[in-house]
Amino acid sequence: MGFFFEVLFGGFLAGVLYALVALGFVLIFKASGVFNFAQGAMVLFAALSLVRLMEWMPIPIAMLASVAIMIVFALVVERLVLRPLVNQEGIILFMATIGVSYFIDGFGQTVWGSDVYKLDVGLPNEPVIILESLFEGGILVNQFDLVAAVIAGLLVTVLAIFFQKTRIGRALRAVADDHQAAQSVGIPLRDIWVIVWSTSGIVALVAGIVWGSALGVQFSISLVALKALPVLILGGFTSVPGAIVGGLIIGAGEKLAEVYIGPTFGGGIENWFAYMLALLFLLVRPQGLFGERIIERV
Amino acid sequence: MLYREAGQFKTTYGDDQAVFPIRQDRWGMAIILAIAYVALPWLATDYFITSIMIPFLIYALAAIGLNLLTGYCGQVSLGTGGFMAVGAYAAYNLAIRVPELNLIVIFILAGGAAAMVGVVFGVPSLRIKGFYLAVATLAAQFFLDWAFARIKWFTNYTPSGSVAAPPLDIFGFAINTPDRRYFLILAIVTVMALAAKNLVRGRVGRSWMAIRDMDIAAEIIGIRPLRAKLSAFAVSSFFAGVAGALWAFLHLGAWEPLAFDINRSFLLLFMVIIGGLGSILGCFLGAAFILMVPLALNQIPTALGMPLSTAMISHLEFMIFGAMIVFFLIAEPHGLARLWALAKEKLRLWPFPH
Repeated sequence: MGFFFEVLFGGFLAGVLYALVALGFVLIFKASGVFNFAQGAMVLFAALSLVRLMEWMPIPIAMLASVAIMIVFALVVERLVLRPLVNQEGIILFMATIGVSYFIDGFGQTVWGSDVYKLDVGLPNEPVIILESLFEGGILVNQFDLVAAVIAGLLVTVLAIFFQKTRIGRALRAVADDHQAAQSVGIPLRDIWVIVWSTSGIVALVAGIVWGSALGVQFSISLVALKALPVLILGGFTSVPGAIVGGLIIGAGEKLAEVYIGPTFGGGIENWFAYMLALLFLLVRPQGLFGERIIERV
Repeated sequence: MLYREAGQFKTTYGDDQAVFPIRQDRWGMAIILAIAYVALPWLATDYFITSIMIPFLIYALAAIGLNLLTGYCGQVSLGTGGFMAVGAYAAYNLAIRVPELNLIVIFILAGGAAAMVGVVFGVPSLRIKGFYLAVATLAAQFFLDWAFARIKWFTNYTPSGSVAAPPLDIFGFAINTPDRRYFLILAIVTVMALAAKNLVRGRVGRSWMAIRDMDIAAEIIGIRPLRAKLSAFAVSSFFAGVAGALWAFLHLGAWEPLAFDINRSFLLLFMVIIGGLGSILGCFLGAAFILMVPLALNQIPTALGMPLSTAMISHLEFMIFGAMIVFFLIAEPHGLARLWALAKEKLRLWPFPH
């Protein structure tokens, strides 16, 4: 039983990491209807910027500088990609973000180098045993994973407050609901896009810090975006809590499947199991767990 | 002046329904085919045939498959690479397990196998739409990648997981030189492109387009979404499967599952979008474009006398590729085929536009 919970817990914590990436997707999709494939590349770019800047300056300043870089990135994307493509179909915008993701993968590695960098921002990294009172021997978890979970929790709380309580947050929700209506009551769409891309750039930075500390900052980080996609379809493209819950379900399901049914299939099923799990959910609820119900009219 | 249909009267229904109703188009097509079948094999070097023409034709074929699904039926798919892999491995298994089969039969059966897998992965399209479906097709890609890497039966228990095509022949005619491979591919692509062109002009193609434009409305006017969507998945995967078998047997010769990974799927989607959604001609234009860009990027720095490190080149290639895609989408979101159509419109009035 203790082993089961250990796997489950490990899965939940991995899921939190997926959720961090999925969160960036959701923010942009909600506010602009753009399916931003570049989120994974943004995570890599943000992490690379941070890790190289940290060689030059103390950590807090490097973080601020990375945030600034992500904001500049948002401005550039809005000016050069989103604005000329306004009113195009979703698939065209989606392709454009694939182009953006190729571009910043190449750009980041040209500017910052393409080695594997070790990122150490002082997150604790020691295994601890928790819940000893409940199970024989307790559950072995990594402190680092717990910290990551706390960070994710904080981030979601901050975002929730930002969306619910601030003026800008309300404007963002209005835009998400209906572009035209929002514009007609005087919400500047372009500014909103810059804000939302910046926000998701910052989310990417946080995800980059956590992933980078776990794996080292390297090219493969940009592939975590592919891990976040099943989380997205499971949770629904438009729901922040969906991203979190979806992440937890996918993380746990993936790890449990790998440990318990993986050996019968020859192992390595982690890569597609998440997608299959998400697909099964979709067959029951086509809009995802928390997505808004799609109403279609002719 | 040159391109004008004035004076070409259509006097029969047959004339009216021709694939190329305008005489100049027919001539243009005949010239292109003559170049492809006669001039190129005669004049071009082996390098040009093997590393440009063969991949170009196969990519174009796979792109037609994807375009039938995405451009005509409106179902975005990111799993084309997976369906190509099904075709490749089905062909491999047929060739080594049933050696007496004719190569053409093998290719057709390989396409059939891909079509069946395509239908299975197309089933979710009945419930989910748009980007949800795009992500769901990734499930096909990852699952198939995994299956061919891990299930040893598919690779005939070779220890490395990479497999090689057996020696090929058709009716006792060995397919062993670049020219012969090229002819075989060209013949298959010609037939299948013509089939696709006719398919989308007919009832099936129209039902796909109705589904693409608005599926609920299509359902109301009596098109069965089940049949239309699954037939689109089947036909599209058939094309992708044949293309995969050709890619593996006639282009690569020996391959491993990585040859059909997700990057292949993205590349094909780029071709379809840049070439033009919902256009058969666009598939060829898009394939040529996507194939030429990396070649050009490799040649230009050396030509300018600025040798760059390989890592630098690959990063720059990423950057330029990404930038070009964005630029292209901004400049002409409907693709190269649309540019061609506009050019033809202009040409019709030229040189007296008023």
